[in-house]
Order: sequence, then structure tokens, then C-alpha cells
Amino acid sequence: MVRSMIDHSSATNRAQPIRRDMVARPSRRDMVAGGIAACAYAVSPLVGWTQIAVAQTVPAKPLAQFETAWAELVQGRPLATGRLTLDIPRLAESGNSVSLKVAVASPMTAADHVQRIHLLSERNPIATIGRFHLTPSSGVAEVETSIRLATTQNVRAIAEMSDGTLQTASAEVVVLLGACLDPG
Amino acid sequence: MAPRATRIVMPATAKSGEIVRVRCLIQHPMVAGSTGPTGDGTSTTARNIIHTLTVSYAGADVFRADYQPGIAANPYTAFAFRAGASGDVVFTWSEDNGAVTTATRRLNVTP
Repeated sequence: MVRSMIDHSSATNRAQPIRRDMVARPSRRDMVAGGIAACAYAVSPLVGWTQIAVAQTVPAKPLAQFETAWAELVQGRPLATGRLTLDIPRLAESGNSVSLKVAVASPMTAADHVQRIHLLSERNPIATIGRFHLTPSSGVAEVETSIRLATTQNVRAIAEMSDGTLQTASAEVVVLLGACLDPG
Repeated sequence: MAPRATRIVMPATAKSGEIVRVRCLIQHPMVAGSTGPTGDGTSTTARNIIHTLTVSYAGADVFRADYQPGIAANPYTAFAFRAGASGDVVFTWSEDNGAVTTATRRLNVTP
């Protein structure tokens, strides 16, 4: 199939005038075959990538700076789960911009509301990603943002409630192309 | 430097007590900066990010976001607040180099 394409180009180089029927135009079958071959060629690296990415789903160990940031934030307080949902895609082709939504089930009254929502990443050079301060006048505890992830890792969210308790959730994101985030 | 482009999506009117959902974005590269050796092995790039977004509504602070280099370029944030009285919603983005960008949107609240 490829050979027929090469003959096509050499046929036109001869000096004699080109007659339309002489030029070996690729028939419909060649075109279709060419197309399929091109797609196969394009897909093969992706297959390789996804195998690498899938193999990475064994959660890698968090970095040291995450452990210190987490300990500073939690300060030994008990962590509850269930009221905080962390909505983030499981697979991110590029770690440069991964959309994320945090929602906490809370009446947001003066007595019971979310004061702060912290976002942390286990394997980014800087563990803390962001912090959002809410007030009872927020009405609902829902925040969206887009973050950068250096590599496949777990993203953690912690909400500090007005009564001092902590709600937390974690989500793993497989990142194919890490964001370039290397301070130091 | 030219003021930074910002984009805010917020309803112009709301009923009292209703939840107003706001989406805002500011154009900024969010340079994470690096203290170690970079391309040419010597130069280090300083960190230059938007570090804080504060939103006040009718004079009272209703939302604040502290960003770290982990936030994506052109920081986007969506949040909500409860409509009380008609007033101005003032967005203030402050950067590492001290520059501040503000934007104001009017919210008319019908009882």
C-alpha cells in the first residue's frame, strides 16, 4: 500500500507531459488502507502510555512535605468523613489544569457552618494547594477551582467546621502529563 | 502594567435569601517559581502568583481564597453567597509583587 504511494510521486518526475490517465492515482481501496494504517500508527503510543498510567495506580507514597503540612493542619484532631465530597476527574491527561469541586453538607448557619476548606496534594512540590474561607452568609459550602498536579497522586480536602471538627475526603487522580511545578 | 483581564459570571438580580452562584477568573500565569537550578543551571525564577482573592458584598466579606502555586494558571474560582440587600460585590485579587486588581458587580436584590 505504501509502495503504491511512492510510485505515484516518482511517476510524475519524468520530463514528458503528464497525461491524466498515466498518473497512478491511489484507488479508493488504497486510500482506505492508508487511513487505517495511519490510525494504527497514531494509536500505538497511546496504548503504551495508558499501560504505564494504569500501572501507576498503585498509590505512590506521599512526599515528606505533605506529611508535615497535613500534621500542621490536623494537629492530632479526629478526622470525620461523609459530609465532604471531593469531585475531581480520575484521569487527567495534562496536570496543568485539573478542575475540582469541593462540597460540604452543612446548613451554613451561625451555629453550624464550614469555616475553611483546605486542599492538599500528596506529591506536588508544595503540598498545600489552596484554602477557602467561608462564612454563614455563604449559604452553601461549595467551591470550585482548577489546580495543577505534578504527577499521579491523591488529592486531599479538609473542611474545618465551626464546632472545631474536621471533615475530610481523598481522591486519586491519574495524571498522564504532569504539570511543570518544580520550585527547588 | 496593563490591568489584568478578569471575567466574572454573576446574576444581576436575585431574590432576598436566594443563593447567588458566582464564577470568577483572572488572567495570570501563576509562575510557581523555582529556587533550584533551572534551564541554564544558574538562574532561579521568582514566585509570582495571585496569592489572595477576597470578595465583599454590601460591605461585608463573604468569601476569601488563599492560592498557592498549586492553583492552575488563570486562577478560576466558583463560590456562592446568600443574597441579602442590594449592593456591590467587590472582587479583589492581590499578587505577590503587590499589584492588586479589583472588579465590581452590582447585585440588585428584589424582596
